[in-house]
Order: sequence, then structure tokens, then C-alpha cells
Amino acid sequence: MISAGIVTVSYIAATVLFILALGGLSNQETARRGNWYGIAGMTIALLATVFGVVTEHYELLIGALLIGGTIGIILARRVQMTQMPELVAILHSLVGLAAVAVGFASFMDPTKHFVGIDLTIHDIETYLGILIGAVTFSGSIIAFGKLSGRIGGKPLTLPGRHLFNLGLLIAAIWFGREFVLQSAAGGGLEPLLVMTVIALLFGIHMVMAIGGADMPVVVSMLNSYSGWAAAATGFMLSNDLLIVTGALVGSSGAILSYIMCRAMNRKFLAVIAGGFGTGGGTVAASTGEDQGEVVAIDAHEAAALLADAKEVMIIPGYGMAVAQAQHTVHEITRVLRDRKINVRFGIHPVAGRMPGHMNVLLAEARVPYDIVFEMDEINDDFPDVDVSVVIGANDIVNPSAQTDPDSPIAGMPVLECWKGKTTIVLKRSMATGYAGVQNPLFFKENSRMLFGDAKETLDEVLKAL
Amino acid sequence: MKIGVPREIHAGEQRVATTPEVASQLIKMGFSVAVENDAGAAASFSNDAYKEAGCELIATATDLWAQSDLILKVRAPEGGEEALLRSDQTLICFLAPGQNADLLKQLTESGGTAMSMDSVPRISRAQKMDALSSMANIAGYRAIVEAAQHFGRFFTGQITAAGKIPPAKVLVIGAGVAGLSAIGAAKSMGAIVRAFDTRPEVKEQVESMDAEFLMLDFDDEDGTGEGGYAKLMSDEFIAAEMALFAEQAKDVDIIITTALIPGRPAPRLILAEHVGLMRDGSVIVDLAAETGGNCELTEPGEVVVRDGVSIIGYTDLPSRLAAQSSQLYATNLRHLLTELSPEKDGNIVVNMEDEVIRGATVCTGGETTWPPPAPKLSAAPPKAAEPEPLPVVEAKKPSVVGPIIMVAVAALALLGLGAVAPKDFMAHFTVFVLACFVGYMVIWNVSPALHTPLMSVTNAISSIIVIGALLQISSGDTVIMWIAAATVLVTSINIAGGFAVTRRMLEMFRK
Repeated sequence: MISAGIVTVSYIAATVLFILALGGLSNQETARRGNWYGIAGMTIALLATVFGVVTEHYELLIGALLIGGTIGIILARRVQMTQMPELVAILHSLVGLAAVAVGFASFMDPTKHFVGIDLTIHDIETYLGILIGAVTFSGSIIAFGKLSGRIGGKPLTLPGRHLFNLGLLIAAIWFGREFVLQSAAGGGLEPLLVMTVIALLFGIHMVMAIGGADMPVVVSMLNSYSGWAAAATGFMLSNDLLIVTGALVGSSGAILSYIMCRAMNRKFLAVIAGGFGTGGGTVAASTGEDQGEVVAIDAHEAAALLADAKEVMIIPGYGMAVAQAQHTVHEITRVLRDRKINVRFGIHPVAGRMPGHMNVLLAEARVPYDIVFEMDEINDDFPDVDVSVVIGANDIVNPSAQTDPDSPIAGMPVLECWKGKTTIVLKRSMATGYAGVQNPLFFKENSRMLFGDAKETLDEVLKAL
Repeated sequence: MKIGVPREIHAGEQRVATTPEVASQLIKMGFSVAVENDAGAAASFSNDAYKEAGCELIATATDLWAQSDLILKVRAPEGGEEALLRSDQTLICFLAPGQNADLLKQLTESGGTAMSMDSVPRISRAQKMDALSSMANIAGYRAIVEAAQHFGRFFTGQITAAGKIPPAKVLVIGAGVAGLSAIGAAKSMGAIVRAFDTRPEVKEQVESMDAEFLMLDFDDEDGTGEGGYAKLMSDEFIAAEMALFAEQAKDVDIIITTALIPGRPAPRLILAEHVGLMRDGSVIVDLAAETGGNCELTEPGEVVVRDGVSIIGYTDLPSRLAAQSSQLYATNLRHLLTELSPEKDGNIVVNMEDEVIRGATVCTGGETTWPPPAPKLSAAPPKAAEPEPLPVVEAKKPSVVGPIIMVAVAALALLGLGAVAPKDFMAHFTVFVLACFVGYMVIWNVSPALHTPLMSVTNAISSIIVIGALLQISSGDTVIMWIAAATVLVTSINIAGGFAVTRRMLEMFRK
């Protein structure tokens, strides 16, 4: 048994290590070290708590830790890199679940004795912790379902869904008041349970209303929520370590969401309100025009174009992840680089279904990260690019974002591949992208369409090379 | 139909209206082609080459005019040629109808049809017939070659055993076709190139050629005129422009001026005092010499040295690259003939409903048809192969009121909280707010490539909530104990899974 002072010092050390971990993760060179800081911080915090605070039921504790840890490591080993977004989403749901469980346990704890304003504050903290935890839990489950394809990616738009959300919010506040009042009198379990159900419903409905391409925002938002849930629990338990860590995670998730929203030139609230791409009028207006003809080519012609180029830019999108084409892409990159062709990758911040999704896939395929660039770094270079290859991306290369003020994606920053000499677009069909907007890029004189599954087509291109 | 290509008789003119290669294409289109003896000699196209391509050779110009239905020339007819046009004949060449009223009158009176290559409207569809652009492109290139000829130093910078050579600095005034071509040529020879133009929309094109665009701070004045040309500017603008040129004259080694305003004398941009400011050995190439020159001291058709600066006023720069300009001009003509001969049967139809043909035709059947009605639309950049630059939709500026209200509400809420909350709570709250800011500072600069690992690591860290469960697991209450145990199980999945998967991902990121 170690003293309370040592426990506090350990918590401070853990906090510092967590901050270092997040700081380390902001850069490729220091990222691995950052992860070790995180592991060290977590270990210190766990050891200090286990030896400083826990007095009984060690066997249960050790058992749970071992079983849980083993499951976690197996999961992490088995997961395919293309399934990363699902894994992250399901892990978020666990944090939400934990917050709910800790909240209920704390509420039922007979040893806690608060009076007056302290009791009210403690009750509000408990209530908030459970609320955020439950929203995180059900929201993450739905996000997991959508990302893994178990639930359709289309946004569910109930009539009057904003009113429905508002109703849920008001109900949550009303039951909160009930809970505080009843808790002062010794009860309060019923309002707490009702609120939990409301929060679960709210989480489900919120994520159901958000379409597939907004998933990067949702995943990072849920990440943020899991942090706030931990912070609320920290307040409830008067534990600074939880507060600090929760706040760190919460604000980092919030910033990531903000970055994602900015990359789509959308308001955070608009994304959360959901139902994007279904507003009829403007879409019809921008697709109604005479678009001209597309020029289709086959794999051999594409290979010839690539072989003759000096500067090649590859723009991957969700289609590459779906087709699992990243390894073929890397093989093509290798062949081209061996021929002294400068190949670079241009990554749009919201390409894929999770922030940084494309980077992870390319890293898995062992594409060196110093030829992978962000949109802002390479967008000015397109006039010098001989061939841009767009793999399963649509809205992020849509010129109408810049040219058509009526377009639903107007103002969204896009990769300006049409400024290069030739653009090869790999696509399964002429269907519109997620935003439901026709893409004038396909009809540009210097665009060539290569239809078919990204992986099969690229395999053919590779053979032809 | 028989096409006749006479030898150019203008002094020093070396171009020819068709090349053997283009002639053979015209023959494939159903025309027969006759070429005057030695018509292509000055542009290095021999009589034999024409013969091989299937052309007939005719000894004298008079015979050629007499036998042909369609005459293709470069320069406007002169020295008796104008009298040769018959009423059933068509003549296509550069006529400059705006400047040559007498010639236009004479041609009209002949009753024949005359088409002027410099009157082809500058619309997207007609770009392949735009001989002015072809010639301007060559003139811009040649201007740099001439400048290099008269400039006593390298264009490119070098560091050699014998010392350091600074790169030449070139200023191109007017970023039209000729200007952009000059920029490209100077750049590829290694010079530092700057460009000035009154039309802000060409900035992108200049920068795409890797040159520096010099701008004047005149927000409301846009020099874009009709047909892709510049227009006249206000006095204040010109004063600012002069100051800029004076400053640049001290710095640059070579100035290429290409400023033209249609139907007017060329604007005076480089004054005698600017020339005086330039270093000895500097060069000015004035592409506007024919219409009076952009430089005050230019002598059209001559190279003069003033204040130690060579001022090149050649008016025949395309002709000095005769083989190249003949080939481009002949191709422009061939494209026009393709438009004129929709049936591809070797006959031409002057269809006055067609905007391009209407624009080019200056007289037909005894009537003057110049100037044509204004073109319907104009492709802003005459250089680009496709009409490309489109206005970028500007993002709306966020309103200031929103954030202020937010801050005010937050401040009020905090004050309210501070008024009622106990000390203990406020201590935790301080920690919370500070931690939020630390998170903000730490995360803000994260590289986008690491967003996924960052998320999985923050996810693992957020399982710190396990501490809450650990605090409860020692509870005497069995229900609480089991809930806590389950929570520990769930969060430890998250801890181990989160860190392990982050590690796996980071292992993959490599150079």
C-alpha cells in the first residue's frame, strides 16, 4: 500500500506523459515515441491506483485486466488496415459504456455522503457523465455499423428530425432537474434510467442522420465525446487525472472535427444536423447542364500515359479503400519511380471515412511517407503535373466547388487536378459522388475515364507497365 | 479548286504561305496547289520539296494569279499585286484592313473576295486559325534570341572556377501570347524573369511559367479590354506604372515590350529617361515597333544604341524564323480552309452566317464587309489552349457577431458557476479549463497524415476512465463491485487495443 501523496505524484507524472504523447503524435519522427509515452503514462496511473487505492477484490481486478488486455491485443493484431475506422469507432463505444457504468456505480455507491450544493453538483456531474457516455456509446455503435457496412451509409432523414432532437434535449434537461430533486430526497434512479434511454436514442439518431462521407467528422467527434465523458466522470469522482486526460482527449477530438469541417467548408452544426446532399433543387440545377462527352480509355492506354509522364500525382479516395487497391498502387508507384518518374500522392483532408484514412492505407502498403503530401502542399503544383490518377475519389476533385456557387459543395477546397496535363479517373461507373453532384472534371478535354474496379484495373495497368 | 501560292515580294519577307507538308494535306482535301518558283526558298523549302508534295510549279506571279482560284499569301498585296485580284478569285492573307483603307477599297472594287487572317475573331473555336497568336508566339521567342545576340553576357547564372556569373534579369511588359512566349524562352535559358501587365487575370499564367508577376496596387482598375487585349488606362495608373518601370530599369538587363492596344498607336512605356537608368550593355526589344514602339527611342526596323543600351526595333521578327512561322501560318490557313470547305470536295463556300468566316471576310462581291459585327464572346486569355481560368468562389467571411455572443454567453455561465460553486469544484474546474487549452495547443499543429494514429492513441488514453472503475471495485456492495469489474474489463480492451493498434500503424509509416 503506497501513500496518497505518492498516488498524486504518479497521477501528475501520468498527466505529463499523456501530454507528451499527444505532442509526440503531431510529427512523423516523434510519433512512435509519443505512443510509448502514452503507454508509460497509462501504466503508471494503473499501478498507482491499483497499489494506492484498491483495497479488495484484487483477483477480480487482475482477471478483468488480463482478459480485457488480451482481447484488445488480439483485436489490434487481427484488424485489417482498411477496417481501421470501424475499430476506432467500436473502441470509442467502449469508453462510452465505461462512463455509463462508472456513473451508475457511483450513483449507487452507499458510502458517498454529500449534502446541499455539493450533492447537487455531484448529481449534475453524474448525470452529465452518464449522458455523454450513453450518447458516445450508441453513436459509436451506429458509426461502427455504418463504417463496416452493416448499416446502409445513406443518411436517415426522418421528417422533423431537428424538432425530434430538440425534444430529446429538452426531455434530457427536464429529467435532469427531476433527478437532482429526487436524489436530494434519496431516490432518483428512474429519471436517471429514462435519461440514459433518451441519450442512447439521441446517439443512434444523430449518427443515423449523417451520411458516409461525413464519417471523418463523426469519428473524430465521437472521439471528442469519449474524452468529455471521461472528464465528467473525473468531476464526479473528484479525480484530477481523469479531468485532465478527458479534457485533453475532448479538445483534441474537437479540433480534429473542426479541421475536418474546414476541409469540407461546412459548418460543424450542419454536419451534425445531417441529411447532406438530399436538398433537391440545387443539385438538379447543377446537373441539368449539357456536360459534353467523356473519353474512356483502357488499362494499356493508361499505362502508356503513365510511362510517358515525368510528374505523376496520385489522388486516392474511398474507392481505393473499398477495392483494397493500395498495394497495387504501391507496386505501380515503385515501377514508375524506378523509371525516374516523380510520383507523388495528393491527400485531401476528408478523403476516406476517417481523418488520415488514406495515409494509414498508403503506409500499410509501404508507400514512403515523404512522397505523400497534403492538399495545401501540392495544390499549386498541378500545372506541372503530366498525369494525375484519381482513384475512387469524386467530390474532392470536383471543379464545380470553385466555379459553381450554387453547387452543394461550393467553396469546399478541392484538389485542382484538372490544371495538370492529363487526368486519369478510375471509377466504377458514371454515378455521382456522395454529395450527389455531377463532376465536370470527367467531361474536361484533358480527362480520361478508366472504368472498372480499382484493384482489377490497376492490376492490369501494372501488368501493362 | 486551284490554290496559288505566290512568292512574297515585300523586302526582307522570308515567309511563305504554305509548306510542302501542309500542301500535301491540302491536296488530300481535294484542292490542287500551285506554287510560284522559289516561293519557299527563303524559308528553306525547296522547289523540289513542293514538287514531291504534289504541287505544280509556276514560273511567274502573273501566270500564277491568272491560273488560280484561291490565292494564299502572307503579306498584304503590294507593288501591283493588288491589281491582279479577279472578281471570281479569293485572296487570304494578313490585310490589316483598319490600317490599309486604300488597299481595302481597291480590293472591294475588284469584286473578288478577300479574307484577312488578322480579322479572324478571337473566340475559342477559332483558336486553331488564329495566325496572330502563332506569329506572336514566334515573335516572343525570337525577341529573346535577338536580345541574347546583343547582350554581352550569359542568361543563366553559373559558379565557375573563374568566378561567379550572376543570372540575367529580364522584364517582360505585356503578358499576351508574345510576352508569355518570351517569358518561356528567357526562363528556359536560365534568366530571372519578371512580367508586368495591366490585366490582373494573367497573373496566374505568368506565375505558371515560373516568372514573377509585378503588380500595381490599383484594386479597382482592370486593364482587360475586348478580345483578350488590354485597354487604355487612367493617368494615375500610368504614373504609377512609370514609377515602377523606372525602378525596374535600374535593376534589369533586358526589357521586352509587347504592349499593344488594337487600332491605336502603341503605348509609350519606356521613356528616354528610363533608358538612361539602365546599365550599359542592356538590351530593349520592342515588339510594338511597327505601331510606333513602346520605347520612345525605338527606330522601327533598326537596332540602335542609345546611352549604351541596344534598342531592337525589328518589325519582322516572325520572318526571322521563317521556316517555323511559315509552318504555323500554313497550318492556320489549312484550318481556315477546312472551315471554308465543309463538304471536303476541294471547293470553298464563303458562308457569311458563320461567325469565324464572317469575321475574316473583309470584302466580297464588290462590297466592303469590314468591320464585322462584334464577336459574341471572347476567350479572355488568348494564350491558353482552352478557355480555362474561372472565378474562384470566395469563402464567406465569418460574421463577428456570432463569436462575440458565444464568448459573452460563456463568460456569463462561468460567472454564474463561480458564484454558486464550492471551492473544491472550482479547483477541479481550473484544472479542466487549463487541460482543454493544453490539448488545443498540442493538437493544433498535428500533421494530417497522423490523424488516425492520433485518434487511436487518444482513444486509448481516454480509457483512463478505468481509474473510476478501480476506485469502485473495492466497494463492499456486490452490484457495484461487478459493475466495476465489467468496466475494468471493457476499458482494458480499449487500453491494450488502442495502444497496440497505434503502434502497428506507426510501424508502417516509414520513409
